[in-house]
Amino acid sequence: MEKLLSIIFIYILVDNFVLQRFFGICPFLGVSRKMETAMGMSMAVVFVMALATLVTWLFYTHVLVPLRLEYLQIVAFILVIASLVQLVETVLRKISPTLYQGLGIFLPLITTNCAVLAVALLAVQNEFTLVEAVVFGIAASIGFSIALIIMAGIRERLELAKVPGALQGTAVTLITAGILSLAFMGFRGMLSL
Amino acid sequence: MSNIYLQDISRGIIKENPVFRLVLGMCPTLAITALFRNGLGMGLSAAAVLICSNVVISSLRRFIPDRVRIPCYIVVIATFVTIIDMILKAFQPALYEALGVFIPLIVVNCIILGRAEAFAGKKPVLRSLFDGIGIGIGFTLSLVILSAVREIIGSGTILQETPYVAHVFGTAFEPMAVIAQPAGAFIVLGLLLALANVIFKRLNVN
Repeated sequence: MEKLLSIIFIYILVDNFVLQRFFGICPFLGVSRKMETAMGMSMAVVFVMALATLVTWLFYTHVLVPLRLEYLQIVAFILVIASLVQLVETVLRKISPTLYQGLGIFLPLITTNCAVLAVALLAVQNEFTLVEAVVFGIAASIGFSIALIIMAGIRERLELAKVPGALQGTAVTLITAGILSLAFMGFRGMLSL
Repeated sequence: MSNIYLQDISRGIIKENPVFRLVLGMCPTLAITALFRNGLGMGLSAAAVLICSNVVISSLRRFIPDRVRIPCYIVVIATFVTIIDMILKAFQPALYEALGVFIPLIVVNCIILGRAEAFAGKKPVLRSLFDGIGIGIGFTLSLVILSAVREIIGSGTILQETPYVAHVFGTAFEPMAVIAQPAGAFIVLGLLLALANVIFKRLNVN
């Protein structure tokens, strides 16, 4: 229990996936322009990341390890994640069209979100148990969502600010992210596994 | 005849520089550029994967059905990433340790999948090869510039972790440690991007 709590705390704040570990920078820069899309993306990521860690962990321990195919990890994981995302999309479209309308456009983007693959790889690398792995996936995705939503809030304000010509676009977003990352550095060293 | 190949190479370096113009592949760009050696190692690994996958995807372009092309591309890319992963593990264990999980993450680097989708899936093999080389050089160059700036300011050294380590400002220099931290990566890249914007504007590159 203690370990689960520290995993939650570490991966939401101390080792934030976006601001400290640099996983999932592309969606972080790409969909943080509006609060609404940031929320949609966050929800989709939490959903897929929890599911992806569960499935890849099971696949690794019960298929790859017994067959001694650990070296196929990269190929296997990306295929599992890609088909999982496809499956989620199809199921969601049939079962809950409203939820699909909200999350649908974000799902294909998630396949190439490196945070999802990173979470699957790190869960195996850190030798987490099944429960720990799933909690890790959820905590990491909540950390991602927090960073994304804070960023969207800042960028909505930034729209109104006057930005010098050369800094316009990605440059100013990156510098803002840097300052946000400085703030998260305050949690550094509070807890480790 | 050779002109078109030269164009394919130079386009990747300047006009469509993956980091400074297209802003793709940001995760490794930010994560492993605290040291020059890591930046160079990452750039070359990604370039190797890109060149190989471009050639293979381009030569298979007539056989890959259009509807399942993305999974096919990903399998080809993942295969080459696994090969690079094994090579680095065997011959460069220190670099392998430093780059860590970012080597397997080359699979989801948007530059490589982007080139497969935009170029290699449609164009002949030789042109895809040169496109891969150009983009590879462009990416490596960007990582080298960023990591050199971050290492010089953030650690006060250059070529750390290699036999050629040098203290740029002498050993008494107190480095700005934050530049070597994650926060510094965002800020330095933001400033370099602004600088690149100014330079490209002066040169009239569009």
